[in-house]
Amino acid sequence: MATKKTTILNLPEEEYVHPGNRACAGCGLSIVYKTGLKALGRDSILVVPPSCLTVLQGLYPIAATQLPCLNVTFASTAAAATGVLAAMRAQKRPDVQVAAWAGDGGTSDIGLQALSGACERGEDFIFICYDNEAYMNTGVQRSGTTPQHVLTTTTPFTGKHQRKKDVPAIIAAHGIDYVATASAAYPLDFYDKVVKAKSIPGPKYIHVHTPCPAGWGFSPRYTVKIGRMAVETGLFDLYEREKGQFRLTGASEKMLDKKRKPVADYFATQNRFKGMDAEKIRVLQAEVDEKWAAYEKVAQGIC
Amino acid sequence: MHIIEAGNVAAAMGVKLAGVQVVAAYPITPQTPLTEKLSELVDSREMDAQYIPVESEHSALSVCIAASSAGSRAFTATSANGLLYMNEQLHWAAGARLPIVMCVVNRGIGAPWTVWNDHQDAMSQRDTGWIQIYCCDHQQIIDTVIQAFAIAETVRAPVMVCYDGYILSHTYMPFDIPEQADVEKFLPAFTPDWALNPQCPANLNTVTLPEPRADVRGNTAPGYMEIRHNLHTDLRRTIDVTADTDAKFKDVFGRGGQPFIESYFCDDAEQVVVCMGSLSYQMRDVVDELRKEGVSVGVCGLRLYRPFPDRAVAEALSGRKNVFVFEKALSYGYEGPLFSDIKAALYGTENLPKIRNFILGLGGREIRTRALYEAVKTACSENQSKPHDPDFIGLKL
Repeated sequence: MATKKTTILNLPEEEYVHPGNRACAGCGLSIVYKTGLKALGRDSILVVPPSCLTVLQGLYPIAATQLPCLNVTFASTAAAATGVLAAMRAQKRPDVQVAAWAGDGGTSDIGLQALSGACERGEDFIFICYDNEAYMNTGVQRSGTTPQHVLTTTTPFTGKHQRKKDVPAIIAAHGIDYVATASAAYPLDFYDKVVKAKSIPGPKYIHVHTPCPAGWGFSPRYTVKIGRMAVETGLFDLYEREKGQFRLTGASEKMLDKKRKPVADYFATQNRFKGMDAEKIRVLQAEVDEKWAAYEKVAQGIC
Repeated sequence: MHIIEAGNVAAAMGVKLAGVQVVAAYPITPQTPLTEKLSELVDSREMDAQYIPVESEHSALSVCIAASSAGSRAFTATSANGLLYMNEQLHWAAGARLPIVMCVVNRGIGAPWTVWNDHQDAMSQRDTGWIQIYCCDHQQIIDTVIQAFAIAETVRAPVMVCYDGYILSHTYMPFDIPEQADVEKFLPAFTPDWALNPQCPANLNTVTLPEPRADVRGNTAPGYMEIRHNLHTDLRRTIDVTADTDAKFKDVFGRGGQPFIESYFCDDAEQVVVCMGSLSYQMRDVVDELRKEGVSVGVCGLRLYRPFPDRAVAEALSGRKNVFVFEKALSYGYEGPLFSDIKAALYGTENLPKIRNFILGLGGREIRTRALYEAVKTACSENQSKPHDPDFIGLKL
């Protein structure tokens, strides 16, 4: 990696999220939010649609965030970020960083049209999708990014029949200069990606995997462990796509040519995968193997 | 300066003069020439504003909501289904107390598709917390756009400036373009007392509980219901603010004087026709004709629809022999929405007039002045109250 990696020793100490907020115990988002705001810094304006983050931030007149935040309607996040940017340009304050934080439903489903519009227009903002893989704030309903076979309250017995929507690929297809994935289990990798995104003009999209104890059915103490397993099994990959150039990063990059953990191990840790059977696991393992074979070919320069 | 131009251009000129900083719009007939003109003004640098060509009306208003929340003067425009697609954001803009101005170029709503004029689009949005003003001609369009920002920023509520699709938007009429220096005197730069700002961070539109709640310092903040009550009382106050704004506008530009109702031959009129938009000017020809025949009739053109100027309406209409409400909208299964409002405004007044409701012009159904003349003349001679079941004019069943 060309840029220097941040470590726990040089991560800024200043906190922008107050302690005692309304996040659930073990919330993956709260790790990501706390770290992401450090990377964004004081001179930022946040835009947030209805999501767990709306709850995390607290109830009027108390707010957990020390940065200005505009709460907006579900479908409007990227358009609202556009409006803040337009006002900043009109007021000749181009240094203010505008960052949208939306959940997976607010990004991949109801927010996709506005996000696509903003990417096509080349709006100079960072869109962070925190992906807990279902509508957690409303009580674990399936979303576009819920993985296949997962049990949710709207896929209660046979699981979700469809695959997870590949939102970073959809956004990358807009030809924007920076698309990245990250995980709550690797907050410093996420921090570095947000810092890098700040230095790139135009739309930037970061898709962060945020394990959710309540929605996924695991003990709150395992959030980081499960986030890591998603990466170590090769199910969720950390990468950057900078000016179209794809590159695995961090823990995923280190897994090239190494033996990955079986996906079955990951499924065994969470109640939401209770609908899995051997055949489903075999198919999903084969898909992961195929994906990684392609990564390895790219890494070896074979296309 | 006098020019002859289309109503949509009059609106665009008003937006430019008002010093709008952010324009966001999505094309829809018959609004399009307005946004085309604005993009032309911005692209040629005649207007110093950010023009955001969004991917939907929902996003158009979202951009304005955010820009206004960040302290910039914001404008959008739409029609018909575009306005309906904004519905959620209309409530949001009013609830967030944002002084956005939007032109609604009135058009009928699908299904089935129609591109022609009626008032169903804006009137169906009357309970969103937006101020609604209807224009009768091109001069009123440009003047009202400028006034709308003054009203909006005084009461911190958004304003719809409504004018008839095609009838006003696409026809050419002479009108006066106010001088920029005069507009700036009338409408100073937008200086909100709060806005999104990293130097003074605030969390806007946070989840709010039913009951008031103390902040960390022990100061009590209002609950949801108090916040709603504040919006309501400020909209009631807007009736006076509209009158004050009109008076101030008249001082500077010499136009105005009838902020709520434009009366035409109403002083001594035994029967009064009430309508909104261009129809009220068309109705003046009918009044002229009937006056020649000795029929004592006048027309009240209602300009302010929300907040409803109920006292002014009651004063204008009580004591008349007959009141005829002509409108281009329908609350399906009941009657014209304006008719309901007018009956309500008259409740409790003495000398109640006989009252009738006429629905016409839906989806651009042609309104011939001859048909208006016959309807008013017949209604005057029938001299009967029909407080329920509207009559339809021009219906071909």
